[in-house]
Parts: sequence; structure tokens; C-alpha cells
Amino acid sequence: MDHSGPTREGGELALALTVNGEARRLTLPPNVTLLEVLRDRLGLTGTKKGCDHGQCGACTVRVDGQAMNACLRLAVMCEGQEVTTVEGLASEVGLHPVQRAFLEHDAYQCGFCTPGQMMSASALLEDERIGSDDAAVREAMSGNICRCGAYKNILEAIHTAREELASQRKEGGIS
Amino acid sequence: MRSFAFTPAESVGQAVSAQGGDGDAAYIAGGTTLIDLVKLDVMRPARMVGVNRLPLNDVERLDDGRLRVGALVTNTELAHHPLVTAHFPLLSQAILAGASTQLRNMATTGGNIMQRTRCPYFRDAAAACNKREPGSGCDALDGINRMHAILGTSEHCIAAHPSDMCVALAALGATLTLVGPHGAREIAFGDFHRLPEDRPDREHEIEPGELITHVTLDSPVEGAGAHYLKLRDRASYEFALASAGAMIAVEKGVIREARLALGGVGTRPWHAQEAEQALRGQPPETVNFEKAAGIALRDASARQHNAFKIPLARQAIVRALEKATQAATDS
Ligand SMILES: Cc1cc2nc3c(=O)[nH]c(=O)nc-3n(C[C@H](O)[C@H](O)[C@H](O)COP(=O)(O)OP(=O)(O)OC[C@H]3O[C@@H](n4cnc5c(N)ncnc54)[C@H](O)[C@@H]3O)c2cc1C
Ligand code: SF4
Ligand code: FES
Ligand code: FES
Repeated sequence: MDHSGPTREGGELALALTVNGEARRLTLPPNVTLLEVLRDRLGLTGTKKGCDHGQCGACTVRVDGQAMNACLRLAVMCEGQEVTTVEGLASEVGLHPVQRAFLEHDAYQCGFCTPGQMMSASALLEDERIGSDDAAVREAMSGNICRCGAYKNILEAIHTAREELASQRKEGGIS
Repeated sequence: MRSFAFTPAESVGQAVSAQGGDGDAAYIAGGTTLIDLVKLDVMRPARMVGVNRLPLNDVERLDDGRLRVGALVTNTELAHHPLVTAHFPLLSQAILAGASTQLRNMATTGGNIMQRTRCPYFRDAAAACNKREPGSGCDALDGINRMHAILGTSEHCIAAHPSDMCVALAALGATLTLVGPHGAREIAFGDFHRLPEDRPDREHEIEPGELITHVTLDSPVEGAGAHYLKLRDRASYEFALASAGAMIAVEKGVIREARLALGGVGTRPWHAQEAEQALRGQPPETVNFEKAAGIALRDASARQHNAFKIPLARQAIVRALEKATQAATDS
């Protein structure tokens, strides 16, 4: 039998995944979500729990590059996958253009939705299938609810980040 | 969340044997329906079989023009697949009208077909619900039933089928391939979802342990225009109050082929076959679209809070047919 997936150890399962570039090995029961692993096991509390039912986007992380709701994903299903949280968005060079643009445009009030908004935004800006006009960006971002209603500034921040990413690409900065 | 055992599967055979036809075991694909409902204590599997790693990720065009889609293809991949956007735009539009970017990235083709209703009483373990707890009654009948169905209802259940993708599949025509403990079989998509009648808990023509492995779309209608119109309480990330998926092919000024299915109003993905029949051979004009809408909604019956869905669905049908006609090329 192929054992590339998590294997049984009593009631618990072994899990190996990469979080923000770091290899992690854990043993955990199957009913633990990726969100719980990040916050409670790995201390990465930047990712928020809002509704816990896929309805708000506060828990958005990137799994193998794709934005997903960590609250609805069983951790054991992330075997071998690469997870990026808001803590992994910045690099040695500094903040991610999305983070800088959020600061510049004041794209938050309380900040609770912000990590999820930024993870969705960073994924959206790398997805060529999604248009860059207001309507397309709003639609692609609609899985992230903002209780404070910072939508207008979030939209502007995303446009600014897109421009910065494009000019960085021109200069051969980041690919 | 309650506890359960988990077995990851790497092949279809391994998944089916791990499931074993056990009513207490559930396949888990994207998990966006299942984990939600386990947290609410509405679904209570003792075991889950992880199928997310099965090699069912291909979208391929068969020699006869049909499109074979693996059950694990995500909603995002399917909606953006070049063969889908080119030949089945209705499917692409319908998927993108559903849920959110994050959820579509997780949700799978098979899971979407199997998703459960959003009826709030079904989702509340303390409410009476014949679907969740057969024989317990239905709190929606005299409750807040604004989101509920107007077509295909019974005195036992009026829950609306929530899927947008399935509306497109109903209109386009498709075949499901199932593999179970007793081998493989095929079933027409239109026969897969059951009416609630007196057994709303039995939602699908699926046997214990059967796994959907593929969905094969009928070959595309040449020259057809398509439009999916979804009407809802907010512009995005919300289930349909009423939706219409329409496809129209026009030849020499008359409708050669028409397809129509509805969402948000039926207890299952609602294929309006009689309305389609009435459209064929007629000029693609609003008066005929209105007649078709009347036929599609002839048997609609509303409860206290959802009568507005009848005119809403009528308008959705007419508008979707008009838009589909505009997108069609007269040949
Ligand atoms: C907040 C929210 C909003 C949403 N909005 C919309 C919307 O607007 N429109 C819409 O259409 N949908 C919407 N959805 C529903 C979403 O599309 C479904 O949850 C999703 O498609 C289910 O797919 P999955 O792979 O995650 O299924 P899972 O949760 O993995 O499985 C669902 C069910 O199907 C069974 N199953 C899964 N795969 C198979 C298979 N291959 N064979 C047999 N059985 C299988 C499972 O055992 C389970 O019972 C929304 C969901 C949420 C949480
Ligand atoms: S409408 Fe159906 S799902 Fe909703 S409470 Fe009644 S029986 Fe349950
Ligand atoms: S906490 Fe996951 S979507 Fe709200
Ligand atoms: S900034 Fe408060 S929820 Fe968005």
C-alpha cells in the first residue's frame, strides 16, 4: 500500500507539510482543521477564526498557492502541501507589495479581516484568469467579508499592489 | 467538531474498499459541505475516506465531442478550463456565480453534485426536519421559508437544491459514472437527484459506498448561445433566490434547440423540459420566452414567505433566454 498519505497511529495521524517555507511534522487527530493547527499548534495566530463555516474568509490561507478557507479544511488532507499564511507573506526584502499597499491606503479599520483579505489579494494578483477591473476584483474578493466596510480602500490597495508588482517584474525584481 | 476516523485513499479501488458500503462512513473531497455540516452536528460520519488525492483530475474531450470530467476537478479548474469556456460557457458561468474564490478552489465536481441543502432548519440540529431526521416533521413548512423551493415540493420537505453548477449540468445534459462495491455503472444526471416526496432524506440515486468518478457532458450544441442568470440578496457569495440557465441555438430565424434549467426554486436542479419543447421551432422572441416561463412555472406552489419567487423566476427565465439568444449565432 502507498504510504505517501498520513498513516494511522492509534486515533492520531502523522502529518508532514510545509508552512511558510518550513517543514513541519505533527501528530494529530483527524478532526482538527488546518486553521486549528496553524493557530493552536504552530502559534501562527495571524490567521483568524471568524465564522468557522466558510462564510467570512477571515481564515484564508494559501495552499499550494491557492486561496482556501482553513476552517473547512481537515489538516490531515494537507499532507505534503505547502501552506502560506499572512506570517509568510513578507520576505527578507521586506513587506509584500500587498501589505505595503494596505498600509498606504488604510485598507482596514479593526484589522480582523485583514490577514484573510491580504492572502486572497496576493493570490488574485498572481491569477491571470481573473480580470483587473473593479468588477472582476470585487467578485474575486467577495469571499472576504469586512465587518468594518473597508472595501473601497481594499480595492484601491489591490490596484496599487498590482502596479507595484508589474513594475517590479519589469525591473526583474521578483518573478 | 465530533471525532471520526480518517483513511486516506490513493486509488479508486482503495477508496471504495475502505468505504465498504458502510452507511456510517463518508467520502471527503473538498470538505466544504461535509466539514461545515459535521461542525453543526448535522452529518455524523464515524469514518471519513479521503478521496482528495485520487487521480480523477482530468478534463478530456472524447471522440464523440462529449467532455469527460474527473470527480476531483475543482470548481475553479473546471470553470476556467479552456474546453469548458470554449464549448460549455453555461457551465463556466454557473460555477463562477457560486460560492467564493476560496470555496471554489476547494470544492470538487463530485462534491458539488452531492452538496446538501442550505435550509436553516436542516442545518439546526434542534429543529424538526424530515431530511435530517426522517419522520420528525418539517419546521420550514410554517417557518421562515423565504429561501425555499416552489417546484417539486412535498408536504414532507420544501428545501431548495442549492447548487449553481448542477443547474448548468441539468440544462446541458450529462452522465455520471459511479463505482461501488458491486462495480461501475452510469446514470443520467437528470435521474440522479430525487424529488423529496415522502423520503426527503434520500436525496440521490446512489447506493451505499458508491463513488462518483466522472461526469461526462453531452456533446455541445453547435452555434448555441448561453446565459446563466443568478438573482440573490447580494451581488456575490450568496445562494440563488432564483436562477436560470439558458441555451439557445437559432437557425433561419427560429429556435433550433433550447435548453432551460432553474436554480433556487426547485427541490432538485430543475430541468424545464416542457418549456424547452415549447420553444423549439418558434422565433426567439420575448413573447415566446414569456410563454416558456409560464410553462416552466405552471406547477409552482409557494408558502407564506416565498411567493415572490414565482415572478422572480419568471423574469430570470425571460432575461436568461434573451441573453442566450443575443449570444447565439444565427446559422
Ligand atoms: C459559505 C458557502 C457558500 C456557498 N455558496 C454556494 C453557491 O452560491 N452556489 C453553489 O452552488 N454552492 C455553494 N456552496 C456549496 C459548495 O459549492 C459545496 O460545498 C461544494 O461544491 C461541495 O464540494 P466538496 O468537494 O467540498 O464536497 P465535500 O464536502 O467533500 O462532500 C460533500 C458530500 O459529497 C460526498 N462526496 C464528495 N465527493 C464525492 C464523490 N466523488 N462521490 C460520492 N460522494 C462524494 C461527501 O461524502 C459529502 O456527503 C457554498 C458553500 C459554502 C460553505
Ligand atoms: S424543508 Fe426539508 S430540509 Fe428544511 S426542515 Fe423541512 S424537511 Fe428539513
Ligand atoms: S473562519 Fe473560515 S470562512 Fe469564516
Ligand atoms: S477591518 Fe474590521 S473587519 Fe475588516
